Amino acid sequence: MRFSDHKKTQIVASLQSFLMRCLYAVIMLMAVLVLNFSMMHLAPGDVADTISQSMGGADQEILDQIRADYGLDQPFLVQLGRYMGNVLQFDLGYSFFYNAPVTDLILQRLPATLLLVFTAQILALFIGVVLGVISARKPNGIASHFVTILALFGYSAPVFWTGILLLIGFSLKIQIFPVAGMQDVTIEGGFWVHFLDIARHLVLPVITLGSIFLALYSRLSRATMMEVLGSDYVRTAKAKGLSQNQVVYKHALKNSLSPVITLAGLQFSAVISGAVLVEAVFSWPGLGTLAFQSIIARDTPTILGILFFSALVVIVGNLLTDLALRLVDPRVGGKG
Amino acid sequence: MNKILKGLALAAAVTTSLTGFAQAEEPKQGGTLITVLGSNVRNLNSAVQSGIVTGFPGAQLFASPLRYDEDWTPQPYLAQSWEISDDGLTVTLNLVTNAKFHDGTPITSEDVAFSVEVIKENHPFKSMFAPVESVSTPDAHTAVLNLSKPHPALMLAMSGQLMSIIPKHIYGDGAIGDVKTHPRNNENVVGSGPFKLTEFKNGEHVILERFDDFFIDGRPYLDRIVMRIITDPAARAIAYENGELHMGAFESLPRIINRLKKVEGLTVTPDGYGAIGPLDWLAMNTTKGPLADVRVRKAIAYAVDKNFILNALMQGTASDSRTGIHPDSPFYSGDVEAYDLDLEKAAALLDEAGYPVKDGSRMSLTIDFGWPGVKPQVEYVKAALKKVDIDVEVRASADFPTWAKRMGEMDFDLSWDTVFNWGDPVIGVHRTYDSSNIAKGVWSNTQGYSNARVDELMAMAAVESDPVKRTALYAEFQQIIADEVPVYHTNTIPYHTVYSDKVGNPPLGIWGTSTPIDMTYLKE
Repeated sequence: MRFSDHKKTQIVASLQSFLMRCLYAVIMLMAVLVLNFSMMHLAPGDVADTISQSMGGADQEILDQIRADYGLDQPFLVQLGRYMGNVLQFDLGYSFFYNAPVTDLILQRLPATLLLVFTAQILALFIGVVLGVISARKPNGIASHFVTILALFGYSAPVFWTGILLLIGFSLKIQIFPVAGMQDVTIEGGFWVHFLDIARHLVLPVITLGSIFLALYSRLSRATMMEVLGSDYVRTAKAKGLSQNQVVYKHALKNSLSPVITLAGLQFSAVISGAVLVEAVFSWPGLGTLAFQSIIARDTPTILGILFFSALVVIVGNLLTDLALRLVDPRVGGKG
Repeated sequence: MNKILKGLALAAAVTTSLTGFAQAEEPKQGGTLITVLGSNVRNLNSAVQSGIVTGFPGAQLFASPLRYDEDWTPQPYLAQSWEISDDGLTVTLNLVTNAKFHDGTPITSEDVAFSVEVIKENHPFKSMFAPVESVSTPDAHTAVLNLSKPHPALMLAMSGQLMSIIPKHIYGDGAIGDVKTHPRNNENVVGSGPFKLTEFKNGEHVILERFDDFFIDGRPYLDRIVMRIITDPAARAIAYENGELHMGAFESLPRIINRLKKVEGLTVTPDGYGAIGPLDWLAMNTTKGPLADVRVRKAIAYAVDKNFILNALMQGTASDSRTGIHPDSPFYSGDVEAYDLDLEKAAALLDEAGYPVKDGSRMSLTIDFGWPGVKPQVEYVKAALKKVDIDVEVRASADFPTWAKRMGEMDFDLSWDTVFNWGDPVIGVHRTYDSSNIAKGVWSNTQGYSNARVDELMAMAAVESDPVKRTALYAEFQQIIADEVPVYHTNTIPYHTVYSDKVGNPPLGIWGTSTPIDMTYLKE
């Protein structure tokens, strides 16, 4: 065996801690669901009102009928018990507003959101780090000021404003990108035609959403890079005669990445929250739009289902972040 | 040289305008119309789901017995003719004989009887078919509606999106009450209308294609309709402007309407909303506090400047509406008190009612609103009433259900409200003023208004078959309503239809897009 006893116990220990984390996550998830269910219940009015709104009004008889159909006339604890029981059997229930199983609704919308958020995240991460490094090397240069302004703008401009501005610029004045949606249904052709079509639709939403992330990553990587460049081992590396590029990209970059990756991991939780407004502006058929509309419609099963999914995404995202951190910094994860 | 060029240009202009005219005359077959829905569709089956968003796809998928022309005259559709008995108690529909559902099954009187049953059980507008006791089917193409009392509102209720004929062999497989959650409402829809469903992707689009066996020869003209779902009004505006959308309805933001009016190649029109009859108004809770006094309600109406609402807030896109009936309806009577701004009269009325100014204030009221779009109106009312020393507190609601709950429990003084006529006054107007309908959910008589003569007038108008007498009854009704102001009627909702020059014959009839667009075509 290649593993020493020490290594084995270490693996067992990290496996244990992993399982504990999973257990905590499940408990957390249940607590989130109960809490949200209760809060939804506390608010005055319910989905019967929004259904009647979508129908141009309904009398009391119809409202009562809708409530009876969806079990909303039952006592709170009965409703809660029923819901939790279903969730434990991995059944997220039936959307009152859309007349469709919640799981189907979410799975229909999830790919669009993942496509948008991941593209924006990855591009922002890459460009942000590059910009951060460039500006860290010459903190008073033009590039550095440019990054500062870009970051300030990206972080402070409301996304719906950026989005509309981009639409006016690149869909109306210069008509190169489409206004809304994820694909043009009138286009016919093979895989690549559709691929290019979706890519074209993706550009403006990705720039809009990416501008927030870009601001975060470029600022953070600039700051950490400057800190690392001032540290002892960098001075040592320089002293032993390495070129500036070698110092920056071989030694400093890896160490400056840890905080950026941690931040990127945290941003996974922005899958829903960050995408809502961007999706609304560009009519992107994703989870954010669904979440927003379900909240407006008081469609409790759908809202809870989306929360359930986003919690899962956050948990998986955090695990992936851990893995990535271990890759760039072997000290992470080891005991002590 | 210059002259010749000018002459040539003129000649060219004349020819193009002439050919343009000729094109407008003769509809062209084919093409894909790209249009838009402003919010998500809950249900495509218009027999069980009302509302303007379902109306557009619903009226394409499902045919109704009648359709209406621009003059509010019923025209044959699925029924080639109809007779109303002298006592008004039986309405006989003679169906066209060649009509088929999208799966090829013939449409028969059995389906009409079934559809009426489904609508009665599931549709929110109970008053449409309440007097219909039974539907007899003497033969496959004759349906007889037996009524408990004369019901002139039935005519409009048999048109547009209100009486969708659905196939019994598809939807009749379970309980009648379960049709509203039938799986075939949103997929594999088998309809009776000019277009059949290709694809419905929630939150993305509804795609319809021409039904080749439609019962009117040569129609529809369009091969395909793509209804994109774009909820953001600003994004929709850009899409009209850059040509991504051919047409769209229910645009209501004054700023956007006025901007689009200036765009070359687009037409923006308020036509097409007469039957839907969308109205904005200031509702008053007549059951408690100072507002129980009609003089206070009148004073408020005199103090709120309607012209400010029409010109400043609505920027000239909405029209004056003085009663609960939409100005485009043949039953509308504008010959009532208009409540032009008169602060002195308002103050005098408040003094008379026993609310003198004490410490700079006569009284404190609250005003509610249910959605952000009407916040300007609410803020304006607060400012306007300050001028007659009434303090108004604006109460925002977190969302629609919160507001609906307050309305349903009559927990309000003033509220901004938006209500639709939905065709005949019996369907969408009576509910607001009928004393037997006090506070039964939102958009009932949440004002708690009760007047025996008004109740009587509505009851008489509901069964009056003579249109002239009916109009007279509604005129008196509107007179009283305007005089007693349970609601201060201010303006129509400025819904506009936007369409590009490429669209021929857009749906601008009384039902707008809640009607089949089998006559709409694309010019190129």
